[in-house]
Parts: sequence; C-alpha cells; structure tokens
Amino acid sequence: MQYPTDLKYSKEHEWVRFDGRRAVVGITSFAQSQLGDIVFVELPALGATITTGKRFSVVESVKAVSDIFAPIGGTVVEINESLNDAPEKVNQDPYGEGWIAVVEVAAGMEAEGLMDSEAYAAQVAKGGH
Amino acid sequence: MGLSEPRKTPLYEKHVSLEARVVDFAGWWLPVQYAGILEEHHAVRNQAGLFDVSHMGEIRVKGPDAFGFLQKVLTNTLLGMKDGGVRYSPICYPSGGTVDDVLVYRLSDEEYWLVVNASNKDKDLAWIMENAAGLSVVITDESDETAEVALQGPNAAAILTEVADSGVTEIGYYEFVPQAKLAGMTVLVSRTGYTGEDGFEIYCRPAEAEKVWDELMKAGKPHGLQPTGLGCRDTLRFEASMPLYGHELSADISPMEAGLSRFVSFDKGAFNGKDVLLAQKEQGLKRKLVGFEMLDRGVARAGYPVLKNGNKIGHVTSGTVAPTIGKNLGMALVRSDIGPVGTEIDIEIREKPVRAKTISRPFYKRGK
Repeated sequence: MQYPTDLKYSKEHEWVRFDGRRAVVGITSFAQSQLGDIVFVELPALGATITTGKRFSVVESVKAVSDIFAPIGGTVVEINESLNDAPEKVNQDPYGEGWIAVVEVAAGMEAEGLMDSEAYAAQVAKGGH
Repeated sequence: MGLSEPRKTPLYEKHVSLEARVVDFAGWWLPVQYAGILEEHHAVRNQAGLFDVSHMGEIRVKGPDAFGFLQKVLTNTLLGMKDGGVRYSPICYPSGGTVDDVLVYRLSDEEYWLVVNASNKDKDLAWIMENAAGLSVVITDESDETAEVALQGPNAAAILTEVADSGVTEIGYYEFVPQAKLAGMTVLVSRTGYTGEDGFEIYCRPAEAEKVWDELMKAGKPHGLQPTGLGCRDTLRFEASMPLYGHELSADISPMEAGLSRFVSFDKGAFNGKDVLLAQKEQGLKRKLVGFEMLDRGVARAGYPVLKNGNKIGHVTSGTVAPTIGKNLGMALVRSDIGPVGTEIDIEIREKPVRAKTISRPFYKRGK
C-alpha cells in the first residue's frame, strides 16, 4: 500500500495535497482497497462550502456506500467530473486521476489534525480505524 | 444467532490462503471477494466460478408422513416430482408471511432433503418441528455434516465432466444425483444455483470439502474457473431477479407479493398461509415487487424510499450496479397501483429524489 510523503492524511482515510491555499482531496489507497470496485462517486457541488469532518462526497462500491468526510474546510473550486463516467479511477489511481475535488482552504481550516504519511501508515497497520 | 464468534466453514483456510476478504455473514466467516466482485461476476457469466456455500443449512425429512407433512409446510406442491428431482418453494406462516425459501430434494416419496438459508436455519428447524408434532416423520438437521460448493457458469458442465463420473453432467436443470462419484469421493450433485447461469451445487462431507474444491479448481483452470465470493453471488442473483430472504421475502412479505405465485399451489389442499395467499390472489395485492432502472445518476440501495409524484409508495428491496447489463438497477416492493412497466418513479437517495423507471424482471436471462 502506497502513502506518498507529499500528502497529508486524515484518520478517516482521505488524503490532501496542499498547493498554497488550494488543496486537492481524494481517498487513500487503503480506503479504495477496503471498498472494492468503486461504481459511483457523488461529487460535491462546485462552489459548495465544506466543513472539516462533515460529509462532502459519497463513494459507492458494488456493495458499500461510504461517506467521505472533508479533511479540510473551505470552498469547492474544482470537481473531478471524469469520475461520473469512470469511477474506477479511484481504484486505479487514488492519488492521481482518482482525485475528488479541489478546495480553496478557508482561513483557520488548515491542516489541523492531519497526519503525515508515516503516521497514517502506522494507523492503517494498527487496524485502520 | 448470539454474539458468539462466527463459525468457519471447512474451506476457511483455503479462503485465507487465497487472500479473500472474509466477513461475518449469517454467523459464518465467508469470503466476500477474492479478485474483486466485478471480475468474479463476469467470470461466472462468461466462464465459471466456484463458491463456498457451506453455510447453507440442510434438513432431512423422512418417514411415512413426509410427503403430506411437506405439502402442508411448503407453498409449492411436491406432486409430480420424481426421485432425483429438486423443487423451489417458499415456506409460509399462517399469516402468509414467509418463513424461508428453500430447495426440496426428493430422495423417495418418504424422504426429502431441504436446503435452507443459513440465517434462517434454526428458525426453520423450530418451525418445521412445531408443524411435525404428532406426525410420523423424522427431522434431522444435517447442516454440520454437510459442506457445499457451487460451480456456476457456462463452463461448469465441462469442468465437472472432468472430475465426476459420466452421467452426472447429463442431469437436467433442477435434477440431482444423490451419490455421485467425484474424484473417488461420494457427493450429492444437483443442477441448481443462485446465479442465473448453468451450474451445479455439490454437497459433500466437511472433511472432503477441501479436496472437492481443489479437484474442481484444478480441472477448471483451463476453463477459466476462479474462486468467487458472496459479493458477486449477490449481484448475480440480483440480475437474475432471484429473491434474497430478508430483502424480497420476509415474515412481512408473502410469496405472492414477491412475484412468486408460480411457486404457490392452490390446488394441492391445505397448507400454511393458504387462506391469506388465496385472498391476495383473488382480491388483488396491495403491494408487489417491481424492477426498476435508474434514469439519473445514483445507486439505489435496500431500504431507500420509492416515491411517485412525491408520495412514498414503497421501498427498495435490493439495488446495485448490474455488471452484465451495465446499468444501476433495483427491485422494490411498492403499491400495486404503481402503473405499468415504464412508469416513472423516484428513488430517494440521501434525502434527494433521483429519477428511475420501472422495468420488467428478470434483468438477465441466459441464452438458449
């Protein structure tokens, strides 16, 4: 299982790639493997305000429906509409083509409580939750 | 089922060594998937898959009153069955609600074998015993002495031919061989399944399950056989619109409502639930099971409300992506005045109505 070192991770298995005020968000390799074949991604609305820890997307596999919680707060400025037709990208390339949204991070909603790659890998190794 | 640790089937170690994702299902550790649900689903539709279904329950009913007793307990009739025949039947309460749906294997006119859902086995057994009071039948729970694998898919017969005696694969659909030879072992083989494909269910002693599995896997390799889990078993049965107890059938849902009237025999005499089911037939149903297809984006799931013109008319019983069809489909129990096939409805997904329309069932039917 890969956990790139340039990303931050939430305990709910989302990843964040910070680029100034912008943050790309997706779910981790561990999360997608737990879910299995992903068949549907409910994307947040463009312009939506999301709050850390609140549901902002839903990822569904053949069997399971999984809420995705916002790892940071802010405004959704881009969504990965290609997932509408190819949700399997989340399985195939969770840190690349499988990104879910780009968020303009609100002041005071930064990386609070996020882990680095090593800490996240340790959490997963401990049993995931 | 208490809070006890799930039980292991005789093939548990096999699943672990194959790196299956194993979950607690109906009190058993069972594999949901090996390579992935979609891949396994397509393998069964196009080649073959091997399922461990050892959790299923087996109950033997034997004695001079066996036939009459089962005629009273089952909604389907056993009339016209021959030795070596299999028949599907619901079991009902007097209320018309469903206790379980089972396969009945006729060994002789005084001996039958019921294959029942694992999650219902204890309840079934208690219900059957209660109904057998005073009758000359012996009822034996053989679940612990019976393992089961299901070999399913268009290549199933070609695979089984390589390991079983000749003749075994010549049986017709819903027939069985009580003592078939498979790689030197004696097993029961029926041409049955829960996938909508051709296939066989093979019952053996738990101690021989691993050998049965290995022999079939070895013979099946050149035929594209792969291990397949409960995940695709559900999507396969769903596409074939076979009911799953707890979803399309329950103590609150009658076989008539579930669209299973052809498995209810009103001309065989008295049976549990007959009055209620007959009234449903004659006076019309208040609810019925329909198929539907999502028109807008979204996956319907069991329990989601079904709306028509904003009013709730029922709920989804099963819903998922149908991998063979490539659409998001569902089954729903709705008011019977819903309208004809093609009626537009909404499925309420996370508090939002999402457009769908009713379609006919089954969603998938194999060729030939």
